Amino acid sequence: MKDRPVAQNGIQTQRSHGTNQPDDGRRTCAAGQLKTVLGSSRIVVRGVRCVLLSAMVLLGSANLVLAESTSIFDNASYNSEKISEIFMLVLAITGLIFVLVFAAIVVCIVRFRARRVEQNDEAEPPQIYGSWPIEIAWTIAPLLIIFVLFLVVVRSVNEQRPTQAPGDAVQVRVIGHQWWWAFEYPELGFTTANELHVPVDESQDASSVFLQLESADVVHSFWVPRLGGKTDLVPNRVNQMWFTPNETGVFYGQCAEYCGTQHAKMLLRVVVESPSEFAAWVENEKKTAVDDPAVAEGRALFLELSCANCHTIRGTNARGTFGPDLTHLMSRQTIGAGVAENNHDNLITWINNPHIFKTGCHMPEMKLTSKNVKTVVSYLETLR
Amino acid sequence: MEADTYTALPSRRPATAVAHEWVTTVDHKQIGILYIVASCFFLTLGGVEALLMRLQLWLPDLEIVSPQTFNQLFTMHGTTMIFFVVMPVEAGLANYLVPLMIGARDMAFPRLNAFGFWMFLFGGFLLYFSYFGAMGLYGAGSAPDIGWYAYAPLTSPAFSRGNSTDYWLLGTMISGVGSVSFAVNMIATIITMRAPGMRLSTMPLFAWMILVTAGLIVFAFPPFTAAEIMMLFDRHLGAHFFDTQAGGDGLLWQHLFWFFGHPEVYILALPAFGIVSEVIPVFSRKVIFGYASMVAATVSIGFIAMGVWAHHMFTVGMSSTVDLFFSAATFLIAVPTGIKMFNWTATLYGGRIRLTVPMLFSLGFLSLFLIGGLTGIMLAIVPMDWQLSDSYFLIGHFHFVAFGGIFFAVMSAYYYWYPKAIGRKMNRKLGLWHFWLQFIGFNLTFIPMHFSGILGMPRRVYTYKAGVGLEFWNQVTTVGAIITGISLLFFIANLWYSYFYGEEAGDDPWNAWTLEWATTSPPPAYNFEELPVVKSRRPLWDLKHPDDPDWKHE
Repeated sequence: MKDRPVAQNGIQTQRSHGTNQPDDGRRTCAAGQLKTVLGSSRIVVRGVRCVLLSAMVLLGSANLVLAESTSIFDNASYNSEKISEIFMLVLAITGLIFVLVFAAIVVCIVRFRARRVEQNDEAEPPQIYGSWPIEIAWTIAPLLIIFVLFLVVVRSVNEQRPTQAPGDAVQVRVIGHQWWWAFEYPELGFTTANELHVPVDESQDASSVFLQLESADVVHSFWVPRLGGKTDLVPNRVNQMWFTPNETGVFYGQCAEYCGTQHAKMLLRVVVESPSEFAAWVENEKKTAVDDPAVAEGRALFLELSCANCHTIRGTNARGTFGPDLTHLMSRQTIGAGVAENNHDNLITWINNPHIFKTGCHMPEMKLTSKNVKTVVSYLETLR
Repeated sequence: MEADTYTALPSRRPATAVAHEWVTTVDHKQIGILYIVASCFFLTLGGVEALLMRLQLWLPDLEIVSPQTFNQLFTMHGTTMIFFVVMPVEAGLANYLVPLMIGARDMAFPRLNAFGFWMFLFGGFLLYFSYFGAMGLYGAGSAPDIGWYAYAPLTSPAFSRGNSTDYWLLGTMISGVGSVSFAVNMIATIITMRAPGMRLSTMPLFAWMILVTAGLIVFAFPPFTAAEIMMLFDRHLGAHFFDTQAGGDGLLWQHLFWFFGHPEVYILALPAFGIVSEVIPVFSRKVIFGYASMVAATVSIGFIAMGVWAHHMFTVGMSSTVDLFFSAATFLIAVPTGIKMFNWTATLYGGRIRLTVPMLFSLGFLSLFLIGGLTGIMLAIVPMDWQLSDSYFLIGHFHFVAFGGIFFAVMSAYYYWYPKAIGRKMNRKLGLWHFWLQFIGFNLTFIPMHFSGILGMPRRVYTYKAGVGLEFWNQVTTVGAIITGISLLFFIANLWYSYFYGEEAGDDPWNAWTLEWATTSPPPAYNFEELPVVKSRRPLWDLKHPDDPDWKHE
């Protein structure tokens, strides 16, 4: 009963999109219909997105150009694009069910509301104890709907989770820490933090970036809404995640599994670059740290103080791994996992007392003299 | 009616005598009222916690509460609302109503019944005592900050110092012992103590749903208790079940927790379904549509509910096969739930609907639970869950179920059975204010949460990203939360006012059909002087309509 409109929709779109589907004949009927339903939902995606956005503009809450958007509908990858399409399909189905049932409830209330005269009337309306045909019908109709939905799920899970070996994909080992991210590029031989760089890829499958997700302490979750769904980082496990960024730009995300005090400030950004920009970035990251004699004093101080216990600066004796790798600190836009812009003043404040930006974080207040702080920062600022 | 009821006892007895009577009572009605009053107390605490969180989220980077405090607030809010508000209020209703509905003198084990209540209450006190007593390394003002599902290894000694996590574990464990004794008692009562002539197939639907709920409690709580004991072993005796740094498995906790946690959702939801299944027919003046399929749906929900737990874990990296299994199981549970929705709606059809306050709350339940159910289907779509899980969309979804669904049904129960327990009806005017404010406030609070989630806001954050459209939705949510808070003030005022000045109810103010309306309001300690003959599902209908009794049609 309830599955009818869906089936009709499928048939109609099959007709109108028929020319775009040369291999329809070879597909099984269900898969073919699914494909066309999904295809038509692409138009719906745009429509609903438009409505959503204009609603937000009308309400004065957002501009049309949200530079730092984290909306799951502002698709910038194959993965999020596909999920948005499914979202719209499912929204259409559940929306239809909602309208039908809600309308039935409202109509019943309006139509069968007792009038004032009747309320004192002892006469009761006819008693209807049930009807097997009707009850069986509204058992089978939902079964058909969920069968269709299940097919959608099977198909999309397999699309989003390819089983092939990484191949020529960019591989990154993501390690979650309270409350920052380490990104290790095992094939390229360097590690960075909090800002993941990947090259853009136009291909229409999830095979361009391969993440291995691990955790150093508690459960975290890697989520960049514009690039796709989230995957948890679970200690003692290695999780996998594929995605294909289709658009260049900076994409914002954050930890999505509660992980302690500063869960809210475990931010992350993904920089999607053209292949040449990415190659240039990789070239720079591969190098050991700049060794500028002008800041030798600061370098010595960094190594003498306990900084080196937690941070690595490749090319020096600093090999700690409790905190972010600082080899190319100045190539990053932010410090403290996205809590502040990476500039001179903020570095000074951060080293003086990290808890001003991020109360409860694990970097201690080092109690350095202000002269020492400046000296260390002058060294850090050469780490391009 | 006079001498034997506790409310009619001479009112000038010393307060100590009254207190002694309530503390030592084993009467199911008094215990039911104790449960309900205690749940109101915890509701106030949980509500204040929610409001504090909403104030903090009015704008990004506010500092109304510190990050640590915020994390304690959402942990305590979730734990309180689930274990110490909805569980006890439903246990209280079941305690009060089931023996009356099935024509029993009391519960099967009255002392066990009292034991269950006091375990719940002291569990709650123990949890809240952590604010004063869990000093450890954090100092006073500490409370658990681990989230209501307490994922390992955040709960291990390395990440959760002090004793607040222990208070959480012990508080929920002890109240869980209370829940299990409640459930065992309910099963025994319903199976063995029904009035002569009342078969399982002619039992009121509320009793049916409590029976299935009790069964779920018996299956779901022991594994949870076991997991909590394992966790305590980890924390204090050097075990490593969940200690990932020593080779333990954090996912084991997630599985054990949700193996309890998902049935728990239905433990909360089924009594609400039961309430609505009693209220809607009475105010539609019609017998429930499809009693048999209603019971079948309830039982199958009970079964399927035990096999859907890992849909809370689609993002933890299970294999695709496991994900698909749990996705399918979750879809499947939509079918019996759908049957219930359709049956309730069909009961309205052709009726003579009286929009009393309890009926309004039940209709509110119907429409809001419908939305919560449909967003539940969205979350069962695995790839959509990867985007929406742990976002505010999820928070919106489960509040539509737990607040829009369950809590509206509970409110319906308050207005419907208050006259039975107190002897006076609740005030309609205050009730209408309460309903409409709560309905508007609820929607303003929880509809925007879906948008916040879609715009990328994760749950459990004390602040959020500025300039991406989140401010607006968060502010609407906060305004809604305040309106909801005000609506509950109307509710409390109404409870208070009607106790003294409410319209006299009489035995059967709603012209209803189940046995609790056959005795006085409030009922005497022994419940019934003599039982009406039970020949059908609506014994009072048969009495009122001897010419056309139900048993001819069933």
